[in-house]
Amino acid sequence: MLQTISILLENKPGAMMRVTGVLAARGYNIETLTVAKTLDPDLSRMTITVDVEDRLRTQVIKQMNKLVNVLQASDLTDTPAVIREMILVRVRCPQETRTSVLKEAEVFHSRIVYSSVEGFAIEATGDPEKLDEFIDVMRTYGEIEVSRSGSVGMSLETRKLRLQPPVQAAIPSGPVPAI
Amino acid sequence: MQATDNHPHIRRAETGKLMTGAEMLLECLTREGVECFFGYPGGVTIPFYDALYSHHIRHVLVRHEENAVFAAQGWARATGKVGVCCATSGPGATNLLTGLVDALMDSIPLVAITGQVHSKLIGSDAFQEADTFGITRPATKHNFMVKSVAELPQIMHEAFFLAASGRPGPVLVDIPKDVFQARGHYTPVDTIHLPGYKIFTEGHAGQIRRAAQLVLEAERPMVYAGGGIVLGNASAELTEFTELADAPAVCTLMGLGALSAQHPNYISMPGMHGSYAANMAMTECDLLIALGTRFDDRVTGSLSTFARNARVIHVDIDPAEVGKNRNPDIPIVGDVKRVLGKMIKIIHELKAEMKPEALEQKTEVRKKWWKQVRSWKEERPYDRGHSETEIRPQHLMDSIDKLSGGQAIVCSDVGQHQMWAAQLIGFNEPRLWINSGGLGSMGFGVPSAMGAQMARPDKLVFAICGDGGFQMSIPELATIVSQSLPVKIIVMNNGVLGMVRQWQTLFYNNRLSSVVLEAFPDAEKLASAYGFAGKTIEKPWELEAALREAINYPGPYLLNVKVTPDENVYPMVPAGGAIFDMVFAPEAPVAVPA
Repeated sequence: MLQTISILLENKPGAMMRVTGVLAARGYNIETLTVAKTLDPDLSRMTITVDVEDRLRTQVIKQMNKLVNVLQASDLTDTPAVIREMILVRVRCPQETRTSVLKEAEVFHSRIVYSSVEGFAIEATGDPEKLDEFIDVMRTYGEIEVSRSGSVGMSLETRKLRLQPPVQAAIPSGPVPAI
Repeated sequence: MQATDNHPHIRRAETGKLMTGAEMLLECLTREGVECFFGYPGGVTIPFYDALYSHHIRHVLVRHEENAVFAAQGWARATGKVGVCCATSGPGATNLLTGLVDALMDSIPLVAITGQVHSKLIGSDAFQEADTFGITRPATKHNFMVKSVAELPQIMHEAFFLAASGRPGPVLVDIPKDVFQARGHYTPVDTIHLPGYKIFTEGHAGQIRRAAQLVLEAERPMVYAGGGIVLGNASAELTEFTELADAPAVCTLMGLGALSAQHPNYISMPGMHGSYAANMAMTECDLLIALGTRFDDRVTGSLSTFARNARVIHVDIDPAEVGKNRNPDIPIVGDVKRVLGKMIKIIHELKAEMKPEALEQKTEVRKKWWKQVRSWKEERPYDRGHSETEIRPQHLMDSIDKLSGGQAIVCSDVGQHQMWAAQLIGFNEPRLWINSGGLGSMGFGVPSAMGAQMARPDKLVFAICGDGGFQMSIPELATIVSQSLPVKIIVMNNGVLGMVRQWQTLFYNNRLSSVVLEAFPDAEKLASAYGFAGKTIEKPWELEAALREAINYPGPYLLNVKVTPDENVYPMVPAGGAIFDMVFAPEAPVAVPA
């Protein structure tokens, strides 16, 4: 079963690699990954979906939490959370099917973002499984191209963010020899 | 005001002393109390070494970068302070890798400084360029790439803080050449802010109380102490706790000396080559108190049968270790020194509340347990047997044990000799036994002994190696001589890669593929080529005098001890087996074809 992990991390070079490294080192393939900065530009929010063996799930989250650049890693899989994805679909359709494509797009609450004689480019957002269905439906109209954003998740629980307060730098007392 | 890439929130005023990055680095090392570090210069670190030329910090020029990390580890393991090493970009940095992973596995506080090519050349496949930041990411606790001289001081102090705090580990700082050369204002760093770096030190008060209660209730308690006791300087607390709990104790390979080998409650090392008594007691106890240890596969064997009747208290500073291999009944995440201190206090309180008859009854029950443990100890002690014709490895370790009296620093390489040394040499204090436990890096013994001897000039330091590991370290003989380090190198020479041979004998039908080490050099000539004394012995009656001669010799000494070639380490728990299913030495040793 796919696991959705939400990670709050510092927006620094290499920080993302540390998180994905925890998974790669154990041979797990990342199914989707999204990352962007948060309201605080020094921080990023990352959502990963990955299939981790049951007995190792807690360990993987703990290893992520151990990373110096990670403020909080949490498993959204079995907790109240919203998980959404965006897709762009380019569908080629001849004149006779254009109306039905538009109708289907409407059923899925998607938007036409580009239209030409060859067909449409459609933007849809929603639950990833719902989007799978949308893709299946569009396929019946002919050749399509799809670009998916990957899941973006948000916990619906208020989680206490435990941060390490600043500490005094351990600078020895006494005179420091001049250079 | 200037912002930095790594620290956008820190805006540093351009006040303070103007200096180059190289000078700034030295200023940081001085402020962190670094007295000595190990390294090897190269193209991009010349500006740093140039600044070092007129500085008081002692730099030890090793002969291979890998040995710089091992030496820094020896220093760190012997003192508890952060060890420091330095290498140039590219091959210098990649040569550090083994030692970094080694330090990561054994939680050794280390700061490694690597040079990097000029910022403008990064990513251009420049001469001696390697992606050190990327390569060392999984090899360190944390690593940094310095982008500008302005952020250098903050990063350096963060590196030292990360290396030494929480669960210690290696931290690498990669510094481009132009950062060493650039001039900037140095203002002392007073605070370190790493919001995502969570350290849990205190332990949950309720859990500590429950643990204390369990300790008092247990009929067959057992203390399982690991390297965390050594790292956390908690030996005194461990000793007091063990006595108060009236429990037998084992110290793991990383924890040897945490409880003195002389202590009546001490059993031995547990695990794959642990003693019969240690493994039986671990199996039969009803309460296992795991302190600063990580249920390593070499200790537990098959997890499903490990301490199968016991409830488990697990104290560790790293939350990721608790519940990783064994789900404890009472998990306590905290600094083992503080947690034990609190637990001791509560046990005293609880004992004071107990009725005298209840206490007495408890003592009676414990007496039965102690009787059982002692009988296991007597039933199958470690083999220390001597032979009249050959030097058995056990004889060698037994002699070193007697001469050391639990006082000497013993730096071991990796293999059979390491296991015999761990079994047979006693340590009265922590930080005397120095070995590569988790990673098992051959070539660790000699360079770590160098570092330990630098740190503790007052101590007798042995480097115990096999003939395999020693030959990985021969270049460092030059460093030992140039630094006048009186390290006593004892080569337990059985002419083979003994541990691999042991597995081939026991599990691979005795097909001894690529384990025979021919052409070992003449020890006396080798030592004299480097300007010190050496000797080869092979008769048991020569052993004690030769060891004494080595110890009394005023300088380094290489003693090549030709031992019985076909001895194997017993008891042995086959990998993945239950620890109570130990294999013992066969009546007649398995013959090894010439």
